[in-house]
Amino acid sequence: MTATLPAGSPGRRIILRPRRILMHLALCAGAFLMIYPLLWLFSSSLKPSNLIFADPGLWPSKLRLENYPDGWRGAALPFSVFFTNSFIVSTLAVIGNALSCSMVAYAFARLDFAFKRTLFALMLMTIMLPLHATLIPQYILFQKIGWVNTFLPIVVPKFLAVDAFFIFLMVQFIRSIPRDLDEAARIDGAGPIRIYWSIILPLLTPALVTTAVFSFLWTYEDFLTPLVYLSSMDLYTVPQGLRLFMASTGVSAWGPMLAMSVLSLVPLFIVFFVFQRRLIDGIASSGLKG
Amino acid sequence: MASVKANPVFAPPLGRGRKRSGVSTRQNGVAFLFLAPWVCGILVLTLGPILASLYLSLTNYDLFTAPVWAGLANYQRLFFEDARYYQALKVTFTYVALSVPLKLAFALGVALVLNRGLSGLGFYRSVYYLPSLLGGSVAIAIMWRQLFAYDGIVNEFLLQFGIDGPSWISNPVYALYTLVTLSIWQFGSPMVIFLAGLKQIPQELYDAAAVDGAGPWRKFLNVTLPLLTPIIFFNFVMQLINSFQAFTPSFIISNGTGGPADSTLFYTLYLYEQGFTNFQMGYASAMAWVLVAIIGTTTGLAFMSARYWVHYGDESR
Repeated sequence: MTATLPAGSPGRRIILRPRRILMHLALCAGAFLMIYPLLWLFSSSLKPSNLIFADPGLWPSKLRLENYPDGWRGAALPFSVFFTNSFIVSTLAVIGNALSCSMVAYAFARLDFAFKRTLFALMLMTIMLPLHATLIPQYILFQKIGWVNTFLPIVVPKFLAVDAFFIFLMVQFIRSIPRDLDEAARIDGAGPIRIYWSIILPLLTPALVTTAVFSFLWTYEDFLTPLVYLSSMDLYTVPQGLRLFMASTGVSAWGPMLAMSVLSLVPLFIVFFVFQRRLIDGIASSGLKG
Repeated sequence: MASVKANPVFAPPLGRGRKRSGVSTRQNGVAFLFLAPWVCGILVLTLGPILASLYLSLTNYDLFTAPVWAGLANYQRLFFEDARYYQALKVTFTYVALSVPLKLAFALGVALVLNRGLSGLGFYRSVYYLPSLLGGSVAIAIMWRQLFAYDGIVNEFLLQFGIDGPSWISNPVYALYTLVTLSIWQFGSPMVIFLAGLKQIPQELYDAAAVDGAGPWRKFLNVTLPLLTPIIFFNFVMQLINSFQAFTPSFIISNGTGGPADSTLFYTLYLYEQGFTNFQMGYASAMAWVLVAIIGTTTGLAFMSARYWVHYGDESR
């Protein structure tokens, strides 16, 4: 059994040992099993509703592309409304998180201030705090100030650095940036704000991209927060639009509903394929949930 | 093992023993300018709400009339009068107890195979990771509902072996297990963390073990597993915290009811129902507090147990 060599070790040769081939076969089978539900979803979205269950094969025996335009028209409102809402909310979340978390991370990593260690510990503790602990009072607060049924309760918290995970990620990253750079800038007369803006922020780009990607994904996928805060349909995000579709249409509309499910995943796939490495490195180095 | 400690996740606490180069005066003013958003956030959106939640849990509050002091009545109702609450606890603990270990086992197993220097690592890693990225989507929950429907593809597959599968989603005996399966399907993100941990294990240790005549199984037990315990622990705690908060799949698959027969009535689903459907904000706050206590206790226990099984290589004990 030579196969205990870790990846990247000098023993990495392309030699077709039977054990290796077997392992590749097993991995491919596993990969197919992982992907199969997604393939099924896509193929079913192209089938007439009455064939989705009757015809289990992945290759549709009869194509029905109309599922897509039919689904796009939606249950009560067209999906263009839901997609627009989702993109507004997710984009604002990306900007909010990138900005506020990088500011806070800079302070923790580079500045000296009173109660720093206590505040840092507090910040780490909030990572573990379940969302539900604050959900109800937050709702009451937003209801009192008249923000319920607007995007504000979803977006404003991102500008207040509530996702401490990203602060932590950026603190770790800033600590890896040589302090000599700050020192040089300080000698040239730059203050902390200048140093943050023209030295740290540009060098922080990789961590900012990771933060932006995960902010987008999590906000786009989030179902609970919009469910709690948004009540009028024209503010619904994509997940709520899907749920509306599911609740209001009968069995006959499976095709259009699955078509919209596929479309709702497209932005996630695009982000996945463009930022694959960044996503995986982000998970590996900081333990961000996926 | 020093290299594993260099992993940011296990980085030492901030600022210990670091020399303050050149700055003798504290930069309180500027620092709090940078910290301002976070300080506002933590006061208004975290600490304030936590305290408010504690107060509300001692009241009856319907959002429209002023809260009425109720003392411990909400907690009494939770623990002694609410059978559905016990059902929610049972469902949630069953889910956590099954999905966390199984997910970690799959994650570790696949990571070990992928770490064997096979070609195509990037491809496999991406494919296995993809489901955990999509996992929280409503679309995936809808898809899962169809896969496990009576005439769904899972039963179609079982039929090939002559097994007439039940209607998984609408049968209270099986419904929860479909959600466990969905959770296991998303083992990709702990797997990626395991892979990163495996890469940190120095090859010399394996070479030394080989010199001592250790076979692959002994190498795994005596080198890989002990050195990986910090990562296993980290993944375990993260999955534990996340699993207790599962919501979207059960909401979609059961149509918001926790059915059939409350078999998928997750804690968070019941909390949502009490708070936002029945407007029993005080009662829901009590539930939220108990959830914090449950998660706090289980992670606390995990941390205490860590003394006995988590090894940090350069530590003598």
